[in-house]
Amino acid sequence: MTGEARISRRWKKAPFIQNPRLRWAIYIGAAVYLVLAIASVEVNWTRIVDGIPRGIKFVGAFFTPDFVSRWDDIYEGFVESLSITGASTVLGLLISIPIGLGAARNISPLPVYLVCRSIIAVSRAFQEIIIAILFVAMFGFGPFAGVMTLSFTTIGFISKLLAEDIEDVDKEQVEAIRATGSSWLQLMNYAIQPQVAPRLVGLAMYRLDINFRESAIIGIVGAGGIGATLTTAFDRYEFESAAAILLIIIVIVMGAEYASGYVRNKLT
Amino acid sequence: MLKIENLTKRYPTGDLALNGVSLEVAKGEVVALIGPSGAGKSTLIRTINRLVEPTSGRILLNGVNLPSLGSRALRRARRTIGMIFQEFALVERLTVMENVLSGQLGYVSFWRSLIRKFPQSIIDEAFRLLERVGLEEFYDKRADALSGGQRQRVGIARALLQNPEILLVDEPTASLDPKTSRQIMRLITELTSERGLGAIINIHDVPLAMLFVKRIVGLRQGEIVYDGDPDGLTSERLTDIYGEEDWTATVRKKGSDQEEEDNGEENDDDLPQAAMSLSRREAAGRQAGRK
Amino acid sequence: MPTRTLNGTKVWQRRDRATQFRIWLGWLIGTAVFLYCWRIISENTEWEFVQDAHIQALDMASRMVPPRWSYTPTILRPLWDTINIATLGTVCAVAIATPVAFLAARNTTPSLLVARPLALMIVVSSRSINSLIWALMLVLIMGPGVVAGIVAITLRSIGFVGKLLYEAIEEIDERQVEAIIATGASRPQVLLYGIVPQILPAFAGISVYRWDINIRESTVLGLVGAGGIGLELQASVNILAWNQVTLIFIAILGSVVLSEWVSAKIRHAII
Repeated sequence: MTGEARISRRWKKAPFIQNPRLRWAIYIGAAVYLVLAIASVEVNWTRIVDGIPRGIKFVGAFFTPDFVSRWDDIYEGFVESLSITGASTVLGLLISIPIGLGAARNISPLPVYLVCRSIIAVSRAFQEIIIAILFVAMFGFGPFAGVMTLSFTTIGFISKLLAEDIEDVDKEQVEAIRATGSSWLQLMNYAIQPQVAPRLVGLAMYRLDINFRESAIIGIVGAGGIGATLTTAFDRYEFESAAAILLIIIVIVMGAEYASGYVRNKLT
Repeated sequence: MLKIENLTKRYPTGDLALNGVSLEVAKGEVVALIGPSGAGKSTLIRTINRLVEPTSGRILLNGVNLPSLGSRALRRARRTIGMIFQEFALVERLTVMENVLSGQLGYVSFWRSLIRKFPQSIIDEAFRLLERVGLEEFYDKRADALSGGQRQRVGIARALLQNPEILLVDEPTASLDPKTSRQIMRLITELTSERGLGAIINIHDVPLAMLFVKRIVGLRQGEIVYDGDPDGLTSERLTDIYGEEDWTATVRKKGSDQEEEDNGEENDDDLPQAAMSLSRREAAGRQAGRK
Repeated sequence: MPTRTLNGTKVWQRRDRATQFRIWLGWLIGTAVFLYCWRIISENTEWEFVQDAHIQALDMASRMVPPRWSYTPTILRPLWDTINIATLGTVCAVAIATPVAFLAARNTTPSLLVARPLALMIVVSSRSINSLIWALMLVLIMGPGVVAGIVAITLRSIGFVGKLLYEAIEEIDERQVEAIIATGASRPQVLLYGIVPQILPAFAGISVYRWDINIRESTVLGLVGAGGIGLELQASVNILAWNQVTLIFIAILGSVVLSEWVSAKIRHAII
């Protein structure tokens, strides 16, 4: 290359997607999708304008929350929500430990592995609420359906992460214990447990946190907890009571998050 | 050109990093700043372009007192001060070209820098600089795909694209192996003499400094304890700067290196074995010291 | 010390007495809390319904197959709406969360005393409330429909995206930023050249991850009237049309798998 040629050498930032056809296809595709999607949204402006004063009233309600008039319902709702949280976390944890062991490829035979992995996949595929609908249909209205729902979703969460943890354990430690002629249970107890136990406690705390958040909404489909009280408050346009419930939820969620963060920090 | 008067920096923690430092650098003069870790070398360099705000004192660049500038004027002053960093400080996810062009940010509008539309004259200059530092084929590579020495070359090109009047060079070789260190130091000193650029080079490696730089300033606990040519840097002087140690190897090495330097400019590959092993040993010592 | 002397011989114990006691106490409290929770649930449960759950389940299962394929055209539009709710909601949330994240990050916030606490408050309040509750409120305020769903997803996602993004901003390499400052660049240019390239992968990863979550969440928003396939689900469950429910499940499962595939693909392309 001569000096002359370089004087006029252009430079442009290389595009992120190298293939120009693919690049334009993606750009145009995205633009077309956005236009179609936005066009298909039906906005009822009069209804929204009507709603503005109600919205303002609702925001105002957060400054004057009413804990008193529906206190009995609120109290019972929260006791039920917290009970669901506690019971489902413990139950879910108890079931997810064996499933998590089964879903770890390095310690389980293939058939067990496949069965456990399918259970996890099923549990993770659907939203909590959808599972709650099914369980309410099976077990009837009430907190039992809620406990079943959250236990079931806890299994998918904990087992999967636990299995991944076990698959990541230090192989040499496992071999060393196996070399002593230990049984399978002794192997779990001496080689696997010490390596994954702290993470498991952390996961359990994290799931406790999630389960509380979820227990606050599964009541909307009749699976017990504060969600039912909240829906009722909304249906009756009792914004002050609804605001009170939401504020309590926020406080508990923040408390739980802080506590679980604290415990997880201590463990690591 | 650059005149530092009675510069003091006290960190909020109470550490006195610079204690009444006065230093003058003439146009086109290259100064090596040596001294133990924590002597305030880095702080001194950073107070000049105010990456660190000085506590008191004056820094005059062509008669303008930098510490008194407002933010707009400071940005304009920074454009004329190029800086080269120890860990290269390239923006790793940008390409080599973008990194070099970032040296011009102070001159172009936000909009131009957003759409990467720099004036063609700047692009030409950037290509010339990349060729000069030996990286003309790498312009579209991402910075994190380069080796340490290559990254430092990009860092040099970035600083030079600012068309600076003075270069601040902060430990340019501390993250490089001995051979690359010498190449980079040679490149920097060559470029400063080509362009008549003044520079302050902050450097750990005393033999390397003595090899390439004519004026050495020793800093100890925030005060200048030596200012003179490399030949005056005797064992006693080094003891002043760094404290008690057997300096005979360092002083002797200077002699042998200078010979080598005279014999062949580009013969990095067949360095005298002693010099190589020495700078390696020092590199190792530095590593250990930093840990 | 995990050893003690008993009758002159050293006995090894895994833990000393106090630790052992604390561990047992922990288990005791845990068990007690669980039993207490269980009692409350048991009191509020109609056990007769639970006892014939297997009959109900079998009945449901038999009604669920075969899926009512002729119902497919009816759910296509709600499915499209669901995907739009998730996508548009994510786009809006990312657009709002990005400036919030820059205000919340310690190293980019214009003021530690005003802007940062304000931004953190937005993040926290958005995160504490589930999107379904947001939808419940919004349906009440702006009426049922897709718009309420989009806004609900947006409001919930701002906190999620904002939190992860501001953490990413706080973790950037300050030296790269310093180098750009040293060239005399203006503040917006420092942002553009020093900070944005560093957080771009995190930004894209977080957005796509949240979009993936939002696809799942938007499938149920219809239960409270906020549009999408949840409306059909609610209607079918109410009339016990379980073979329609199966079809809806298949549709949901399909979109979830698809979104997971797309997001994995995009994340792979970025890194």
